[in-house]
Amino acid sequence: MSRSKKMADGALTSPLIRKPIQRMFAVFLLPTFVCFCIGFLWPFIQGIYLSVHSFTTTTNVKYVGFQNYAKAFADQGFRQAFGYTALVAAVSLVLINVLAFFVAYALTQEIRGRNLYRSVFFIPNLIGGIVLGYIWKTIIDSLLPVSMSIQANYGFWGLMVVMCWQQVGYMMIIYIAGLQAVPMDMIEAARIDGANGWKTLWNITLPNVMPSITICTFLSLTNGFKLYDQNLVLTNGAPVRRGIGQTEMLALNIAKTFSTANQRGVAQAKAVLFFILVTAISLIQLRATRSKEVQQ
Amino acid sequence: MEMAKERPREKMTSGQKALSVVFAVISVIWLLPIAIVLMNSFKENGYVNSELFALPNANSYVGFSNYVNGVTFGNYPYFLSAGYSVYITVVSTGLILLCTSMAAWYISRVNDPFSKVVYYLCVFSMVVPFQMVMYTLANTARVLRLDMPWTIPIVYLGFGAGLAVFMFVGFVKSIPLEIEEAAAIDGCGPLRTFFSAVFPMLKPTLISVGVLEIMWVWNDYLLPYLVLDITVYRTIPIHIQYLQGSYGRVDLGATMALIVLSLIPIIVFYLACQKHIIKGVAAGAVKG
Repeated sequence: MSRSKKMADGALTSPLIRKPIQRMFAVFLLPTFVCFCIGFLWPFIQGIYLSVHSFTTTTNVKYVGFQNYAKAFADQGFRQAFGYTALVAAVSLVLINVLAFFVAYALTQEIRGRNLYRSVFFIPNLIGGIVLGYIWKTIIDSLLPVSMSIQANYGFWGLMVVMCWQQVGYMMIIYIAGLQAVPMDMIEAARIDGANGWKTLWNITLPNVMPSITICTFLSLTNGFKLYDQNLVLTNGAPVRRGIGQTEMLALNIAKTFSTANQRGVAQAKAVLFFILVTAISLIQLRATRSKEVQQ
Repeated sequence: MEMAKERPREKMTSGQKALSVVFAVISVIWLLPIAIVLMNSFKENGYVNSELFALPNANSYVGFSNYVNGVTFGNYPYFLSAGYSVYITVVSTGLILLCTSMAAWYISRVNDPFSKVVYYLCVFSMVVPFQMVMYTLANTARVLRLDMPWTIPIVYLGFGAGLAVFMFVGFVKSIPLEIEEAAAIDGCGPLRTFFSAVFPMLKPTLISVGVLEIMWVWNDYLLPYLVLDITVYRTIPIHIQYLQGSYGRVDLGATMALIVLSLIPIIVFYLACQKHIIKGVAAGAVKG
């Protein structure tokens, strides 16, 4: 990596190859840039524009100022979805990370068959949210006295089971990578100084895997906030009480609002709020955990 | 990130032996949901509901008839959606790998203000949730006539470019310039330099990005659901989700069989390139 410090901002370049590449802009950068505009940039800009308009299609648009935002804030269903999503994200964050860390910790010890166990834990992560949701919906609903779509509590814990099953293996991989980078001599020195297993774990291992913890908390928190497929399949927001889906998360609430033609402006305003929320959480999270990392 | 860097093996203590046994049990439990689905795919529809956890017996066992029913039931043929899934995943991943690696090389070697702007927009796009653009993206795709299975890879390239460009730029920055300069002195144009010198060196990142894109596109539900006309074109996740609505009462046995069919490619993919998948996932996680 030391080579890449040649230029102030870390990019390597040379006049010998720079000019010829620049002349081939249309071949190298243009295709990706055009698609990026179609698939992200234009929809994003149009999304912000439409959030202050009332519209049924993109050609039938009327400026309404911040009315959509006011309606979004006043929407009981949206507020319920916000609270529920925050709860799901917070509880799943703790469960997934604690489980994943201890699985990773155990599977970096000298135990027989650990590579096989690692592979097993990772498998569910490859299964997409829809299929995964169906597998668990079938199993959980037949274990419980009533379906998850009738009892909101069951829906919540069912979702926790599904999220853990899917994400523990993924986070485990990141924790294993972190644990393997902990200097062995530090652990041995602590042992010689008389620190027991827990003390070594707490004082030596944990501070050294802080970068992995940063990545994993950040990932599981945003995963929780953006969850859609599993929520759709497991309960689809049900049970509904006074017109409000008790297990409806933000992403599902927004998607449902879009499907009502005269609510699209409100849906787009909700989507902008959702975007701001997810971005803000990512930034705060990143700063908060980064500051606790061991300086090396 | 190297998974190969293991500590030297010592003799197992009794505690480690116990831990090994505990994990053997947990691993079996971890795979139980998949085993239950597999088991029930051989049971008659009625028994799937009433005795989900029982092994198939003489009464409930129906052989492969669930599979035969599964691929034909509903109002959409299963293998057509499997075909669309394979096509869209392969073409989208190929297109993303080719275009974004070229773009990343341009961005890091030219490094002019425009390239920097594109790069930072790509990084920015990684944190934007799909709901933010779901309506406008589907609409844009429809207006530009990109709402067909053959053209949806362009939409995937657009929405997925962020992570891919980010990962490729990170890698290209670490490639020494001398090779490219030597190629230029020997009279190679940028295209030849890229494809004969740079592209082969990108191999580890190509695999990592490829794995991430395959997993994303194959499992994606909302984007094809919004962009495609789902009465005509379905992918596997859409097919599974629509089994309920399309047939009145759901044939659970057949649903189980279809879930098994949809898991087979994933398991094969995992067994074939497990190392690359784990590396790719670990590399993709380290964004930011």
